[in-house]
Amino acid sequence: MTPVELLRQLGNRVTSRVWRLGFASRFMLMTVLYSGTALKRFHLTMREIYFTGVLSLIIILVSGLFVGMVLGLQGYDTLQRYGSSEALGILVALSLVRELGPVVAALLFASRAGSAITAEIGLMKATEQLSAMEMMAVNPIARVVAPRFWAGVISMPLLAALFSAMGVFGGYLVGVQLIGVDEGSFWSQMQAAVDFRQDIMNGVIKSAVFGAIVSWIAVFEGYDADPTAEGVSRATTRTVVTSSLAILAADFVLTAFMFRGI
Amino acid sequence: MNRAAIDLWVGFFVAIGLAALLFLALKVGNLSSTDVGETYAIQARFDNIGGLKVRAPVKSAGVVVGRVGEIRFDAENYAALVSMQIDKRYQFPRDTFATINTSGLLGEQYIGFEVGGDPEMLKAGEVMKKTQSAMVLEKLISQFMFNKAAEDEGKK
Repeated sequence: MTPVELLRQLGNRVTSRVWRLGFASRFMLMTVLYSGTALKRFHLTMREIYFTGVLSLIIILVSGLFVGMVLGLQGYDTLQRYGSSEALGILVALSLVRELGPVVAALLFASRAGSAITAEIGLMKATEQLSAMEMMAVNPIARVVAPRFWAGVISMPLLAALFSAMGVFGGYLVGVQLIGVDEGSFWSQMQAAVDFRQDIMNGVIKSAVFGAIVSWIAVFEGYDADPTAEGVSRATTRTVVTSSLAILAADFVLTAFMFRGI
Repeated sequence: MNRAAIDLWVGFFVAIGLAALLFLALKVGNLSSTDVGETYAIQARFDNIGGLKVRAPVKSAGVVVGRVGEIRFDAENYAALVSMQIDKRYQFPRDTFATINTSGLLGEQYIGFEVGGDPEMLKAGEVMKKTQSAMVLEKLISQFMFNKAAEDEGKK
Protein backbone atom coordinates (compact mmCIF):
# COMPACT_ATOMS: atom_id res chain seq x y z
CA MET A 1 0.00 0.00 0.00
CA THR A 2 1.47 3.33 -0.98
CA PRO A 3 1.53 6.27 1.43
CA VAL A 4 -0.86 8.16 -0.81
CA GLU A 5 -3.38 5.35 -0.59
CA LEU A 6 -3.01 5.24 3.19
CA LEU A 7 -3.67 8.96 3.40
CA ARG A 8 -6.68 8.60 1.14
CA GLN A 9 -8.06 5.82 3.32
CA LEU A 10 -7.58 7.94 6.44
CA GLY A 11 -9.32 10.86 4.78
CA ASN A 12 -12.16 8.63 3.65
CA ARG A 13 -12.64 7.28 7.15
CA VAL A 14 -12.64 10.70 8.80
CA THR A 15 -15.09 12.10 6.25
CA SER A 16 -17.49 9.21 6.65
CA ARG A 17 -17.32 9.47 10.47
CA VAL A 18 -17.99 13.22 10.38
CA TRP A 19 -20.79 12.69 7.88
CA ARG A 20 -22.39 10.05 10.13
CA LEU A 21 -22.11 12.28 13.18
CA GLY A 22 -23.74 15.09 11.23
CA PHE A 23 -26.52 12.75 10.13
CA ALA A 24 -27.02 11.61 13.73
CA SER A 25 -27.24 15.23 14.92
CA ARG A 26 -29.77 16.11 12.22
CA PHE A 27 -31.71 13.00 13.13
CA MET A 28 -31.72 14.08 16.80
CA LEU A 29 -32.95 17.53 15.81
CA MET A 30 -35.75 15.99 13.70
CA THR A 31 -36.70 13.74 16.61
CA VAL A 32 -37.02 16.72 18.94
CA LEU A 33 -38.90 18.74 16.31
CA TYR A 34 -41.39 15.94 15.67
CA SER A 35 -41.90 15.12 19.36
CA GLY A 36 -45.27 16.85 19.34
CA THR A 37 -47.10 13.64 18.47
CA ALA A 38 -45.23 11.60 21.05
CA LEU A 39 -46.23 14.03 23.79
CA LYS A 40 -49.75 14.72 22.55
CA ARG A 41 -50.65 11.07 21.98
CA PHE A 42 -48.92 10.16 25.20
CA HIS A 43 -50.10 6.54 25.19
CA LEU A 44 -47.52 5.89 22.45
CA THR A 45 -44.79 7.01 24.86
CA MET A 46 -46.46 5.14 27.73
CA ARG A 47 -46.18 1.91 25.75
CA GLU A 48 -42.48 2.49 25.25
CA ILE A 49 -41.97 3.38 28.92
CA TYR A 50 -43.53 0.03 29.66
CA PHE A 51 -41.13 -1.79 27.35
CA THR A 52 -37.97 0.10 28.29
CA GLY A 53 -38.65 1.06 31.90
CA VAL A 54 -41.00 -1.42 33.53
CA LEU A 55 -39.44 -4.48 31.93
CA SER A 56 -35.95 -3.31 33.03
CA LEU A 57 -37.09 -3.12 36.66
CA ILE A 58 -35.99 -6.61 37.69
CA ILE A 59 -32.44 -6.37 36.35
CA ILE A 60 -32.02 -2.85 37.80
CA LEU A 61 -33.34 -3.77 41.25
CA VAL A 62 -31.35 -6.99 41.56
CA SER A 63 -28.11 -5.44 40.26
CA GLY A 64 -28.57 -2.45 42.58
CA LEU A 65 -29.01 -4.70 45.56
CA PHE A 66 -25.91 -6.74 44.77
CA VAL A 67 -23.74 -3.72 43.95
CA GLY A 68 -24.76 -2.17 47.28
CA MET A 69 -24.00 -5.40 49.17
CA VAL A 70 -20.56 -5.69 47.56
CA LEU A 71 -19.87 -2.04 48.39
CA GLY A 72 -20.83 -2.80 51.98
CA LEU A 73 -18.47 -5.76 52.23
CA GLN A 74 -15.51 -4.16 50.48
CA GLY A 75 -16.00 -0.75 52.07
CA TYR A 76 -16.13 -2.25 55.53
CA ASP A 77 -12.97 -4.25 54.87
CA THR A 78 -11.03 -1.07 54.03
CA LEU A 79 -12.64 1.30 56.52
CA GLN A 80 -12.21 -0.90 59.59
CA ARG A 81 -8.42 -0.78 59.11
CA TYR A 82 -8.63 2.92 59.91
CA GLY A 83 -11.12 2.40 62.68
CA SER A 84 -13.86 4.32 60.90
CA SER A 85 -16.30 1.60 59.94
CA GLU A 86 -19.19 3.96 60.85
CA ALA A 87 -18.34 5.90 57.70
CA LEU A 88 -19.58 2.91 55.69
CA GLY A 89 -22.92 4.67 55.16
CA ILE A 90 -21.19 7.67 53.59
CA LEU A 91 -19.09 5.49 51.33
CA VAL A 92 -22.02 3.41 50.11
CA ALA A 93 -24.42 6.31 49.65
CA LEU A 94 -22.04 8.77 48.01
CA SER A 95 -20.54 6.32 45.58
CA LEU A 96 -24.00 5.07 44.60
CA VAL A 97 -25.79 8.39 44.34
CA ARG A 98 -23.00 10.24 42.56
CA GLU A 99 -21.49 7.65 40.26
CA LEU A 100 -22.51 4.01 40.38
CA GLY A 101 -26.28 4.58 40.36
CA PRO A 102 -26.46 6.66 37.18
CA VAL A 103 -23.56 4.93 35.38
CA VAL A 104 -24.28 1.27 36.07
CA ALA A 105 -28.02 1.75 35.61
CA ALA A 106 -27.33 3.44 32.26
CA LEU A 107 -25.00 0.63 31.17
CA LEU A 108 -27.64 -1.95 32.06
CA PHE A 109 -30.28 0.16 30.38
CA ALA A 110 -28.19 0.35 27.21
CA SER A 111 -27.79 -3.40 27.01
CA ARG A 112 -31.31 -4.26 28.16
CA ALA A 113 -33.43 -1.61 26.43
CA GLY A 114 -31.15 0.18 23.94
CA SER A 115 -30.33 -3.01 22.06
CA ALA A 116 -34.03 -3.94 21.91
CA ILE A 117 -34.94 -0.51 20.50
CA THR A 118 -32.27 -0.75 17.82
CA ALA A 119 -33.28 -4.26 16.84
CA GLU A 120 -36.96 -3.29 16.69
CA ILE A 121 -36.47 -0.21 14.55
CA GLY A 122 -33.88 -1.99 12.39
CA LEU A 123 -36.30 -4.85 11.73
CA MET A 124 -39.07 -2.38 10.98
CA LYS A 125 -36.76 -0.88 8.40
CA ALA A 126 -35.72 -4.28 7.02
CA THR A 127 -39.35 -5.37 6.62
CA GLU A 128 -40.15 -1.99 5.05
CA GLN A 129 -42.66 -1.01 7.72
CA LEU A 130 -41.06 2.43 7.93
CA SER A 131 -41.46 2.94 4.18
CA ALA A 132 -45.04 1.73 4.43
CA MET A 133 -45.72 4.36 7.08
CA GLU A 134 -44.28 7.05 4.86
CA MET A 135 -46.55 5.83 2.05
CA MET A 136 -49.52 6.33 4.37
CA ALA A 137 -48.26 9.86 5.14
CA VAL A 138 -47.36 8.89 8.68
CA ASN A 139 -44.03 10.33 9.72
CA PRO A 140 -42.03 7.38 11.11
CA ILE A 141 -39.84 9.70 13.18
CA ALA A 142 -42.88 11.14 14.93
CA ARG A 143 -44.69 7.79 15.22
CA VAL A 144 -41.85 5.35 15.96
CA VAL A 145 -38.66 7.19 16.92
CA ALA A 146 -39.76 10.09 19.13
CA PRO A 147 -41.85 8.00 21.62
CA ARG A 148 -38.91 5.62 22.11
CA PHE A 149 -36.52 8.50 22.64
CA TRP A 150 -38.69 10.23 25.24
CA ALA A 151 -39.45 6.96 26.98
CA GLY A 152 -35.71 6.53 27.54
CA VAL A 153 -35.27 10.06 28.84
CA ILE A 154 -38.18 9.61 31.29
CA SER A 155 -37.32 6.07 32.44
CA MET A 156 -33.61 6.51 33.04
CA PRO A 157 -33.69 8.88 36.09
CA LEU A 158 -36.35 6.70 37.74
CA LEU A 159 -34.31 3.55 37.12
CA ALA A 160 -31.14 5.21 38.44
CA ALA A 161 -32.96 6.40 41.58
CA LEU A 162 -34.28 2.87 42.12
CA PHE A 163 -30.79 1.46 41.59
CA SER A 164 -29.28 3.85 44.17
CA ALA A 165 -32.06 3.24 46.69
CA MET A 166 -31.72 -0.52 46.32
CA GLY A 167 -27.94 -0.20 46.61
CA VAL A 168 -28.18 1.80 49.84
CA PHE A 169 -30.57 -0.83 51.15
CA GLY A 170 -28.10 -3.58 50.14
CA GLY A 171 -25.28 -1.75 51.88
CA TYR A 172 -27.47 -1.43 54.96
CA LEU A 173 -28.29 -5.16 54.87
CA VAL A 174 -24.63 -6.19 54.73
CA GLY A 175 -23.14 -3.39 56.84
CA VAL A 176 -25.66 -3.17 59.64
CA GLN A 177 -27.52 -6.49 59.66
CA LEU A 178 -24.71 -8.85 58.69
CA ILE A 179 -21.48 -7.24 59.91
CA GLY A 180 -22.95 -5.20 62.73
CA VAL A 181 -21.98 -1.57 62.08
CA ASP A 182 -23.95 0.67 64.41
CA GLU A 183 -27.28 1.45 62.76
CA GLY A 184 -27.64 4.98 64.12
CA SER A 185 -24.26 6.21 62.99
CA PHE A 186 -24.64 4.43 59.65
CA TRP A 187 -27.71 6.51 58.78
CA SER A 188 -26.81 9.76 60.54
CA GLN A 189 -23.30 10.00 59.08
CA MET A 190 -24.80 9.26 55.68
CA GLN A 191 -27.37 12.02 56.09
CA ALA A 192 -24.74 14.48 57.25
CA ALA A 193 -22.52 13.82 54.24
CA VAL A 194 -25.02 13.49 51.38
CA ASP A 195 -26.35 16.81 50.16
CA PHE A 196 -29.68 16.86 48.35
CA ARG A 197 -28.82 19.41 45.70
CA GLN A 198 -25.12 18.67 45.30
CA ASP A 199 -25.28 14.91 45.25
CA ILE A 200 -28.78 13.58 44.64
CA MET A 201 -29.98 16.17 42.12
CA ASN A 202 -26.70 15.99 40.21
CA GLY A 203 -27.14 12.22 40.05
CA VAL A 204 -30.65 12.71 38.65
CA ILE A 205 -29.39 15.19 36.04
CA LYS A 206 -26.61 12.78 35.10
CA SER A 207 -29.00 9.90 34.61
CA ALA A 208 -31.36 12.01 32.47
CA VAL A 209 -28.41 12.94 30.26
CA PHE A 210 -27.38 9.29 30.02
CA GLY A 211 -30.96 8.34 29.18
CA ALA A 212 -30.99 10.85 26.32
CA ILE A 213 -27.60 9.62 25.06
CA VAL A 214 -28.55 5.94 25.14
CA SER A 215 -31.94 6.42 23.49
CA TRP A 216 -30.49 8.74 20.87
CA ILE A 217 -27.80 6.23 19.91
CA ALA A 218 -30.29 3.35 19.99
CA VAL A 219 -32.91 4.96 17.75
CA PHE A 220 -30.28 6.34 15.40
CA GLU A 221 -28.49 3.02 14.97
CA GLY A 222 -31.81 1.30 14.34
CA TYR A 223 -32.89 3.89 11.79
CA ASP A 224 -29.49 3.83 10.10
CA ALA A 225 -29.10 0.03 10.08
CA ASP A 226 -28.54 -1.83 6.82
CA PRO A 227 -31.93 -3.43 6.09
CA THR A 228 -30.62 -6.98 6.30
CA ALA A 229 -30.39 -9.55 9.09
CA GLU A 230 -26.66 -8.97 9.31
CA GLY A 231 -27.08 -5.19 9.26
CA VAL A 232 -29.55 -5.27 12.15
CA SER A 233 -27.31 -7.52 14.22
CA ARG A 234 -24.34 -5.23 13.60
CA ALA A 235 -26.37 -2.15 14.45
CA THR A 236 -27.46 -3.75 17.74
CA THR A 237 -23.85 -4.48 18.66
CA ARG A 238 -22.85 -0.94 17.73
CA THR A 239 -25.59 0.46 19.96
CA VAL A 240 -24.32 -1.36 23.04
CA VAL A 241 -20.64 -0.57 22.39
CA THR A 242 -21.11 3.06 21.40
CA SER A 243 -23.56 3.92 24.14
CA SER A 244 -21.42 2.26 26.84
CA LEU A 245 -18.40 4.27 25.74
CA ALA A 246 -20.48 7.43 25.42
CA ILE A 247 -21.90 6.96 28.93
CA LEU A 248 -18.46 6.61 30.49
CA ALA A 249 -17.06 9.58 28.58
CA ALA A 250 -20.07 11.76 29.40
CA ASP A 251 -19.81 10.69 33.03
CA PHE A 252 -16.25 11.94 33.20
CA VAL A 253 -17.20 15.29 31.68
CA LEU A 254 -20.26 15.73 33.91
CA THR A 255 -18.35 14.74 37.05
CA ALA A 256 -15.58 17.19 36.18
CA PHE A 257 -18.16 19.97 35.97
CA MET A 258 -20.36 18.98 38.90
CA PHE A 259 -18.01 17.83 41.63
CA ARG A 260 -14.93 19.92 40.92
CA GLY A 261 -13.26 21.02 44.10
CA ILE A 262 -15.60 19.24 46.48
CA MET B 1 -51.14 -6.15 26.13
CA ASN B 2 -53.99 -3.69 26.35
CA ARG B 3 -53.70 -0.05 27.14
CA ALA B 4 -55.17 -0.19 30.63
CA ALA B 5 -52.66 -2.78 31.80
CA ILE B 6 -49.79 -0.78 30.33
CA ASP B 7 -51.06 2.38 32.04
CA LEU B 8 -51.23 0.49 35.32
CA TRP B 9 -47.69 -0.84 35.04
CA VAL B 10 -46.24 2.49 33.96
CA GLY B 11 -48.06 4.16 36.85
CA PHE B 12 -46.61 1.62 39.23
CA PHE B 13 -43.13 2.14 37.74
CA VAL B 14 -43.28 5.93 38.05
CA ALA B 15 -44.66 5.68 41.59
CA ILE B 16 -41.89 3.43 42.89
CA GLY B 17 -39.31 5.50 40.99
CA LEU B 18 -40.49 8.65 42.74
CA ALA B 19 -40.65 6.77 46.04
CA ALA B 20 -36.99 5.78 45.57
CA LEU B 21 -36.11 9.42 44.92
CA LEU B 22 -38.02 10.46 48.02
CA PHE B 23 -36.20 7.81 50.03
CA LEU B 24 -32.88 9.15 48.75
CA ALA B 25 -33.88 12.72 49.57
CA LEU B 26 -35.20 12.13 53.07
CA LYS B 27 -33.37 9.09 54.39
CA VAL B 28 -30.03 9.23 52.57
CA GLY B 29 -29.74 12.98 51.97
CA ASN B 30 -30.20 15.80 54.43
CA LEU B 31 -33.22 17.50 52.93
CA SER B 32 -35.27 17.01 56.07
CA SER B 33 -32.98 18.00 58.93
CA THR B 34 -30.15 20.44 58.43
CA ASP B 35 -31.68 22.68 55.82
CA VAL B 36 -31.27 26.06 57.47
CA GLY B 37 -34.24 28.28 56.67
CA GLU B 38 -33.99 32.07 56.96
CA THR B 39 -30.44 33.22 57.63
CA TYR B 40 -28.43 36.31 58.37
CA ALA B 41 -24.73 36.83 57.59
CA ILE B 42 -21.95 37.57 60.02
CA GLN B 43 -18.26 37.70 59.28
CA ALA B 44 -15.07 36.77 61.07
CA ARG B 45 -11.37 37.26 60.32
CA PHE B 46 -9.01 34.36 60.91
CA ASP B 47 -5.20 34.37 60.66
CA ASN B 48 -5.30 30.84 59.30
CA ILE B 49 -8.36 28.84 58.32
CA GLY B 50 -6.52 25.54 57.82
CA GLY B 51 -8.70 23.26 55.73
CA LEU B 52 -12.04 25.03 56.28
CA LYS B 53 -14.32 24.74 53.26
CA VAL B 54 -17.40 26.52 51.98
CA ARG B 55 -20.61 24.90 53.34
CA ALA B 56 -18.79 23.62 56.41
CA PRO B 57 -21.05 23.69 59.47
CA VAL B 58 -21.08 26.42 62.12
CA LYS B 59 -21.77 24.85 65.50
CA SER B 60 -22.59 26.19 68.91
CA ALA B 61 -22.51 23.70 71.77
CA GLY B 62 -22.22 21.00 69.11
CA VAL B 63 -25.48 21.92 67.39
CA VAL B 64 -25.41 23.11 63.78
CA VAL B 65 -26.61 26.74 63.75
CA GLY B 66 -25.42 27.77 60.30
CA ARG B 67 -23.04 27.21 57.41
CA VAL B 68 -19.94 28.87 56.00
CA GLY B 69 -21.07 30.95 53.05
CA GLU B 70 -17.93 32.46 51.54
CA ILE B 71 -14.20 32.48 52.21
CA ARG B 72 -12.09 35.35 50.87
CA PHE B 73 -8.57 36.63 51.35
CA ASP B 74 -8.59 40.04 53.01
CA ALA B 75 -5.63 41.79 51.32
CA GLU B 76 -5.61 44.72 53.79
CA ASN B 77 -5.08 42.62 56.89
CA TYR B 78 -3.50 39.57 55.26
CA ALA B 79 -6.15 37.42 56.89
CA ALA B 80 -8.96 35.16 55.75
CA LEU B 81 -12.42 36.74 55.81
CA VAL B 82 -15.07 34.09 56.40
CA SER B 83 -18.74 34.99 56.07
CA MET B 84 -21.25 32.68 57.75
CA GLN B 85 -24.96 32.20 57.19
CA ILE B 86 -26.54 31.84 60.61
CA ASP B 87 -30.08 30.63 61.26
CA LYS B 88 -32.40 33.57 62.02
CA ARG B 89 -33.77 31.82 65.10
CA TYR B 90 -30.46 32.10 66.92
CA GLN B 91 -28.82 35.28 68.21
CA PHE B 92 -25.31 35.43 69.64
CA PRO B 93 -23.70 38.00 71.98
CA ARG B 94 -21.20 40.42 70.45
CA ASP B 95 -18.22 38.96 72.30
CA THR B 96 -18.85 35.42 71.03
CA PHE B 97 -15.60 33.61 70.36
CA ALA B 98 -15.27 31.92 66.92
CA THR B 99 -12.79 29.05 66.72
CA ILE B 100 -11.95 26.65 63.94
CA ASN B 101 -12.20 23.13 65.28
CA THR B 102 -11.72 19.69 63.83
CA SER B 103 -14.22 16.91 64.35
CA GLY B 104 -12.19 13.93 65.44
CA LEU B 105 -8.44 13.95 64.98
CA LEU B 106 -8.42 14.07 61.18
CA GLY B 107 -12.05 14.85 60.39
CA GLU B 108 -13.58 17.82 58.62
CA GLN B 109 -13.17 21.31 60.02
CA TYR B 110 -15.98 23.47 61.33
CA ILE B 111 -16.45 26.78 63.09
CA GLY B 112 -17.39 26.58 66.74
CA PHE B 113 -19.05 29.45 68.64
CA GLU B 114 -18.20 29.88 72.29
CA VAL B 115 -20.84 32.23 73.60
CA GLY B 116 -19.75 35.30 75.58
CA GLY B 117 -21.65 37.45 78.07
CA ASP B 118 -22.26 40.69 76.21
CA PRO B 119 -25.88 41.87 76.49
CA GLU B 120 -25.75 43.21 72.92
CA MET B 121 -26.29 40.73 70.12
CA LEU B 122 -24.38 40.36 66.84
CA LYS B 123 -26.20 42.03 63.95
CA ALA B 124 -26.28 41.01 60.30
CA GLY B 125 -23.10 41.97 58.45
CA GLU B 126 -21.08 42.55 61.61
CA VAL B 127 -17.49 41.30 61.94
CA MET B 128 -16.71 39.16 64.97
CA LYS B 129 -13.87 40.52 67.10
CA LYS B 130 -12.57 37.42 68.83
CA THR B 131 -11.40 34.51 66.73
CA GLN B 132 -8.96 31.67 67.01
CA SER B 133 -7.23 30.15 64.01
CA ALA B 134 -7.20 26.54 62.99
CA MET B 135 -4.65 24.30 64.62
CA VAL B 136 -2.18 23.16 62.01
CA LEU B 137 -0.90 19.72 62.86
CA GLU B 138 2.57 20.29 61.39
CA LYS B 139 3.06 23.40 63.53
CA LEU B 140 2.06 21.54 66.67
CA ILE B 141 4.43 18.70 65.90
CA SER B 142 7.35 21.01 65.10
CA GLN B 143 6.70 22.98 68.29
CA PHE B 144 6.73 19.76 70.26
CA MET B 145 9.96 18.66 68.58
CA PHE B 146 11.68 22.00 69.32
CA ASN B 147 10.62 21.87 72.96
CA LYS B 148 11.90 18.34 73.21
CA ALA B 149 15.23 19.33 71.66
CA ALA B 150 15.53 22.32 74.02
CA GLU B 151 14.86 20.06 77.02
CA ASP B 152 17.55 17.63 75.91
CA GLU B 153 19.98 20.55 75.52
CA GLY B 154 19.18 21.68 79.06
CA LYS B 155 19.85 18.26 80.55
CA LYS B 156 23.38 18.06 79.15
